[in-house]
Amino acid sequence: MAEDAILGYLEKNDHISDSGQFAAERRIDHNEIVNVIKSLHGFKYVDAQDIKRETWVLTDEGKAYTATGSPEVQLFLAIPPEGIPKEELQKKLDLSVFKIGCAQAAKNKWVEMGKQLVTRKIQHVDDKVKDLLLQIQEGQAINQDDIKALKARKLIVPQTWKGYSVKKGPNYAPKRKKVATDLTRENLQRGDWKEIEFKEYNFTAKGLPTEGGHLHPLLKVRQQLKDIFRQMGFEEMPTNNYVESSFWNFDALFQPQQHPARDSHDTFFLQAPSTTKELPEDYVQRVKQIHESGGYQSRGYGYDWKREEADKNLLRTHTTAVSSRMLYLLAQKPFAPKKYYSIDRVFRNEAVDRTHLAEFHQIEGLVCDRGLTLGDLLGVLHEFFARLGMSKLRFKPAYNPYTEPSMEIFSYHEGFGKWVEVGNSGMFRPEMLLPMGLPEDVRVIAWGLSLERPTMILYGIDNIRDLFGHKVDLGLIKRNPICRLGL
Amino acid sequence: MPTVSVGRDRLYAALGRTYTQEEFEEVCFSFGIELDDVTTEKAIIRKEKHLDAEVEEDEEVIYKIEVPANRYDLLCLEGLAQALRVFSREEEIPTYKLVNISKESMIKMHVKPETSSIRPHVVCAVLRGVTFTEASYNSFIDLQDKLHQNICRRRTLVAIGTHDLDTLQAPFTYEALPPSSINFVPLKQVKSFRADELIEFYRSDLKLKKFVHIIENSPVFPVLYDHNRIVLSLPPIINGAHSAINLKTKNVFIECTATDLTKAKIVLNTIVTAFSAYCERKFEIEPVEVIYSDGKSYVYPDLSIYNMDVSLSYVNGTIGVSLEAEEVTDLLNRMQLRAEQSVSSDITVFVPPTRSDILHPCDVMEDVAIAYGYNNIPKRSPASLKPLALNELTDHIKLEIAMTGFTEVLTFILGSWRENFAMLNRKDDKSKAVVVGNPRSSDFELVRTSLMPGVLKTVGHNKDHPKPIKIFEVGDVALLDERKDVGARNQRQLAALFCGASSGFELIHGLVDRVMEAIGAAFVPIGDHTGYFIQPSDEPEFLPGRQASIIYKGKHIGTFGIVHPEVLNNFDIPDPCSFVELNVESLL
Repeated sequence: MAEDAILGYLEKNDHISDSGQFAAERRIDHNEIVNVIKSLHGFKYVDAQDIKRETWVLTDEGKAYTATGSPEVQLFLAIPPEGIPKEELQKKLDLSVFKIGCAQAAKNKWVEMGKQLVTRKIQHVDDKVKDLLLQIQEGQAINQDDIKALKARKLIVPQTWKGYSVKKGPNYAPKRKKVATDLTRENLQRGDWKEIEFKEYNFTAKGLPTEGGHLHPLLKVRQQLKDIFRQMGFEEMPTNNYVESSFWNFDALFQPQQHPARDSHDTFFLQAPSTTKELPEDYVQRVKQIHESGGYQSRGYGYDWKREEADKNLLRTHTTAVSSRMLYLLAQKPFAPKKYYSIDRVFRNEAVDRTHLAEFHQIEGLVCDRGLTLGDLLGVLHEFFARLGMSKLRFKPAYNPYTEPSMEIFSYHEGFGKWVEVGNSGMFRPEMLLPMGLPEDVRVIAWGLSLERPTMILYGIDNIRDLFGHKVDLGLIKRNPICRLGL
Repeated sequence: MPTVSVGRDRLYAALGRTYTQEEFEEVCFSFGIELDDVTTEKAIIRKEKHLDAEVEEDEEVIYKIEVPANRYDLLCLEGLAQALRVFSREEEIPTYKLVNISKESMIKMHVKPETSSIRPHVVCAVLRGVTFTEASYNSFIDLQDKLHQNICRRRTLVAIGTHDLDTLQAPFTYEALPPSSINFVPLKQVKSFRADELIEFYRSDLKLKKFVHIIENSPVFPVLYDHNRIVLSLPPIINGAHSAINLKTKNVFIECTATDLTKAKIVLNTIVTAFSAYCERKFEIEPVEVIYSDGKSYVYPDLSIYNMDVSLSYVNGTIGVSLEAEEVTDLLNRMQLRAEQSVSSDITVFVPPTRSDILHPCDVMEDVAIAYGYNNIPKRSPASLKPLALNELTDHIKLEIAMTGFTEVLTFILGSWRENFAMLNRKDDKSKAVVVGNPRSSDFELVRTSLMPGVLKTVGHNKDHPKPIKIFEVGDVALLDERKDVGARNQRQLAALFCGASSGFELIHGLVDRVMEAIGAAFVPIGDHTGYFIQPSDEPEFLPGRQASIIYKGKHIGTFGIVHPEVLNNFDIPDPCSFVELNVESLL
């Protein structure tokens, strides 16, 4: 009704100057009018401008007097023409009405408060207060002195009145169309989709978040790396064995038993199972000999090699432990060249900080063939790292017990504006390969790096614990984009 | 990797020139060491005490240099500077010699048999006429510290004692005695301790307590005496105060006791070769005879050269270069390895006592490669395959969409003119579609210009499928293109559709957001060209007011919206649908 009234009025008239007046004239509640105006304004049927006015409203006391009359009139009417003792009069009225009535009636000089009797001074009074209150209630204006008096008696209080002036909006129509948030099957069935007006859609906000699962960012990078290795013709090594013996993890790699890496400060040794039960004995003898006194043109390390050290079990410190097993197996058959890779978990007994974890993933690649050169190593590293987006490489001489030569790989990081170390590489020592039984002209070039470091650089993560482990924010996993390494 | 701290100015003085930090870093990089940190003595102290203070101008700059773990000869400034000078051809490889004295006049060290149960080996040497400066003296102490930390494995394998020879009287004895019978004033103390009391005393010593465990459980302790029963040292714990060296010491007696003889010899050689440079007769070391109780005797230090034969073809064949023998020997000289051409094996390398790291010809080959320059070696590229980026990216995007619950469909490329245009409310301005000249039926009239008809036909034929239907397709359309030789090209498109009781417009909008997030594009304000934004569109196949363009890096790449009810009707679909189609190639 309110909506029809407004749209109907505006069809013939330019504007509604005051919604309050408009409501009063039509005896419609102003609040209802206001709600309709707001809604029509939202859909641009109308343009509404705020108007504000100071008005007066009755207090509870004031409202009461509009029904009962003012206390002074009540008091006056309670006095019989002959007068009445004060005590009697008091009994006829409420205490507050009596008190206020006495004060006001006396002030108006309507009554004589005699010693024995209260008597009327005049015969007739008008209840002017009640009339004024009724006028205010109806929104009529009264003069300032009356307002002052009523305000002083706390019968009225000021209130800000809000209303609108209204004119046609850009979407004005005499009748509002249906509004919907979405097209439904019913709309299609009824064919009323033509009349539907859609609520305005906010394209600057995002849509409804999709539901569904997400893969872990680090493993997405691993997947890409696996693809890269396969494209380069590498075969994956089985690395599903965290428990390893010191023999395969260190001794087979010509890593001397006093090497700092074999310290309990760096390696997790095991209480159960504490030692390995079985090693290939003839090979163990050759490893012992190469450590102690050399052979195959090597001088050896010149120390007493202890079997107990080799038997100690540990959590593998590098996937190269698996490489040593794979190369040993390769040496037991007629030689065939191989390209191997693995990406799996390794363990270090290290303090955990922003860049170090006690467990992380090692990426390893190796090529085993006759007549390989350092030039081949440089070539394969350039090929591999270029696919990771690192095409500017250089190599620094380094030391590693099982590779000679050893090269640290540095890549120029455009963002950091400097060379950063991205991995290690080298050619496995003859002291490692020849005791296995590989032919003398077979060489193995290999490289390794962590999976975490390039991933952190890729995604701009500076705390490794934000990437990997139970403290990772699930939101980060969900927001993580497709890994575009190698694309 | 061990780190050596050296004063920058002293190092540059020893190198005979100065470098900018960048220049020095380059030299280090090519030689295989690394300038790890640049600091000052005071800054180190401040750091230890966790103080923040202003850096004073006159503080001496310290270079912390990381050296390879097997290069003990680089563990002090003297060795480091010499290696770099030889590397840059500013100095010849020094020759270390034993002072030519008769066996009779050699200082003797007698080894008692009891030592075999606790610490069986001892090797000794004398540096005569040494002139220490404060810096070289500190370096001498630091080197022993570094050796103790590294090759000596915290003194378990080898312990070094250095003494002022002029305070002692040869011959010396190396014994193993019950702790209660050993009494002496240890270094830095004034009163005499009995050895067992001393062990207790050092249990609470911050620096020495970590060595106590090496001998504490042995019934006998190793100990060295001079002729007058003065204690030189109680290895591996502490030296005696009596023979302590100082800046004025001229003649230094060095003893290394050990459980590993090979490492003891290396340690002794490392010390005497580095510091014989300060001897009156440079690079000359006075030998000491070590005599065991069984009568066997050995003269130390053992400065013998190890001759290693290396074939030229091995060096060239492993590095991947074709160097002449002279070039190889010249490169080896820069690495402090004197080498000569020889008839028997091309090249003979004379490995000096400083280079215990050379075990095998592969170590020589590495030195050739380092001197040649790793980065100068020609690289040989392996055979490998390159994936096609567009198809790889397509596979990734498909997987992401499937993981949000959409099912992949595969529809036909060929279709009718009507479904490609009229049924989609689209006009054909003849600028887009590849048209078949001899279609067998209306189903083969043209090559689709959009994935929309195929996807809508799929919905139309799956009316009985439970709602909602969420499907997608990634595939090529063909478009006329004058720039191509044949006049047309393929374009990879992605389409997805939701169909249910309501259109799911917000859901398709959400899928657009997910696809853009997956390719790493940021949601940006309208007009920003760094990411993607959405703005209202006006396409005939979609319902007005409920459709929008996807703008990525300033380019229109696709549209989504509620499919127009007339279009739905054309495809006989009774339920509302929302649909998105975008160009995948623009996401590459």
